[in-house]
Amino acid sequence: MRFDTKELPEAVPAVRVAGASKTFGRKAKAVRALEAIDLDIRAGEFVSLIGPSGCGKSTLLRLIADLDRPSAGSIEVFGKPAAQARLDQEYGIAFQQAGLLPWRTVAGNLALPLELHGVPHAERNERVESLASLVGLADFIDHYPDQLSGGMQQRVAIARALAEGPRLLLMDEPFGALDEMTRERMQAELARIATATGAAVVFVTHSIPEAVFLSDRVVVMSPRPGRITGIIDVPFGDERPELLREDPAYFELVTAVREALHGTPVVRAEEV
Amino acid sequence: MRRVRPWLLGIAGILLLALLWEGYKAVMPVEGWVVNGVTILPRTSPQAMPHIWDIVARALEPETRAATALPLWVAMLKAAALTLGLAGAGWAIGVAVGLLLATLMQRFRTAESALLPWVILSQTVPLIALAPILKRSLSQVHIGAFTWQGWMSVALIAAYLAFFPVSVGALRGFGSPEKAHLDLMRAYGMGWWRTFLKVRVPASVPHLLPALRLAAANAVVGAVVAEVSTGLDGGIGRMIITSAQTGSADPARMWTPIIGAVLIGLVAAGIVGIIGAALRRYRRREATA
Repeated sequence: MRFDTKELPEAVPAVRVAGASKTFGRKAKAVRALEAIDLDIRAGEFVSLIGPSGCGKSTLLRLIADLDRPSAGSIEVFGKPAAQARLDQEYGIAFQQAGLLPWRTVAGNLALPLELHGVPHAERNERVESLASLVGLADFIDHYPDQLSGGMQQRVAIARALAEGPRLLLMDEPFGALDEMTRERMQAELARIATATGAAVVFVTHSIPEAVFLSDRVVVMSPRPGRITGIIDVPFGDERPELLREDPAYFELVTAVREALHGTPVVRAEEV
Repeated sequence: MRRVRPWLLGIAGILLLALLWEGYKAVMPVEGWVVNGVTILPRTSPQAMPHIWDIVARALEPETRAATALPLWVAMLKAAALTLGLAGAGWAIGVAVGLLLATLMQRFRTAESALLPWVILSQTVPLIALAPILKRSLSQVHIGAFTWQGWMSVALIAAYLAFFPVSVGALRGFGSPEKAHLDLMRAYGMGWWRTFLKVRVPASVPHLLPALRLAAANAVVGAVVAEVSTGLDGGIGRMIITSAQTGSADPARMWTPIIGAVLIGLVAAGIVGIIGAALRRYRRREATA
């Protein structure tokens, strides 16, 4: 399968956020969603944004995607301003709601970005087929979204985000609406895909185990105003086998992220 | 069986109506139900409610006593076909104008604030008043070889009634896509027009179909009423009026054109139904909701 990402000098970060702030509303009603965020994400790196509701993690993702504009500061994607990077299709994106067009089949949905960007018909069909088998849905290519389970819809959405071989994947709680078992399976699948494609991933979540299982770094955020309160390295490398979930080192990092989220050490039962 | 069922039910409905008609005639007194000199329920005299078999028999006879007269039911079908054509032309114009207005209002917010009140206001003008004025002012239009024809006024009035539900329904439909779909199109670097074609238009179908149905009903009513009030010959509206004028002497006659008007409505609804079936895949959400 060909999911090679484009060549890139190591030095240019996939994402560079410098002093970015975002304020919604005006004057008395203004809400400071993000305050002076600085964050660099290396090419190929998997970074999770985690924090309670209102901490601005989704807003930060939307700024990187240029779906919203920052009130102050700058955002670069592969060395370009975010708006240019969006127009150049430097990233693929997936949301909490799969957001598949209900009147298009799985194949039609996967083909959408390729179609819009003028990929020739034959190449398009080939890509659609390999994308569908990448997420294990080759047999469902002619189904409509309402004939698929939530997990399958989300897999289509992820495949669609990968359609143009982006070097950066932006994901806003893509597994938030799934049940726990489906969710763990999808996490393993995403870890595999991220490694296979070598793409950098920015992954918004509110699940601590999910963030630790998937990420190279977990960025912990806090609300009012949204800012980064800690960054935790997860040194497990590229391979993320299911057994990792049973590993004491994994539990330690889960605890570390939890403590960073709550701002105080969590008292463990056996220490009381 | 599944294909036959709706037809059987339809026929059963017609039979039931006939049964009610004849049952009412059999049970009620000729003068209807009168309380204090006010008629509460209609008279059942042959002038007011002829027997069904008389109506059918009259439909098979020639329309008038003239030697060249066609059987009444054939004349009715010809008139109905003309009116259906006028209503269809009005519907098509109304749908086109409605979609155009909705597109403008979706594209420019100022257009929405400027146009929407007028769109709503347009429907409060009484049709009866509008039709003769339109006819009088438009019949003087001559542009080169083109001369305004009477039937054009009728189609225009049908269009005037048809555009309203389409513009309102389409505007709502264009505004109905999920936010994720619009975000996605922005992420793909698409501008307003491509987003409109790929997302807003297909998403509008579940809102648009009921609007098209309403527009068809409005166009038929508009065509019939406009025929009467502009005095256009040859259509079903005119035929109802002329046969009503012979009411006391020939009471069964006017029921045939009335049935014709009902037929026009059924055919119009059927055509919109076919459009809906053709757009089936854009209605998946509607079907599963």
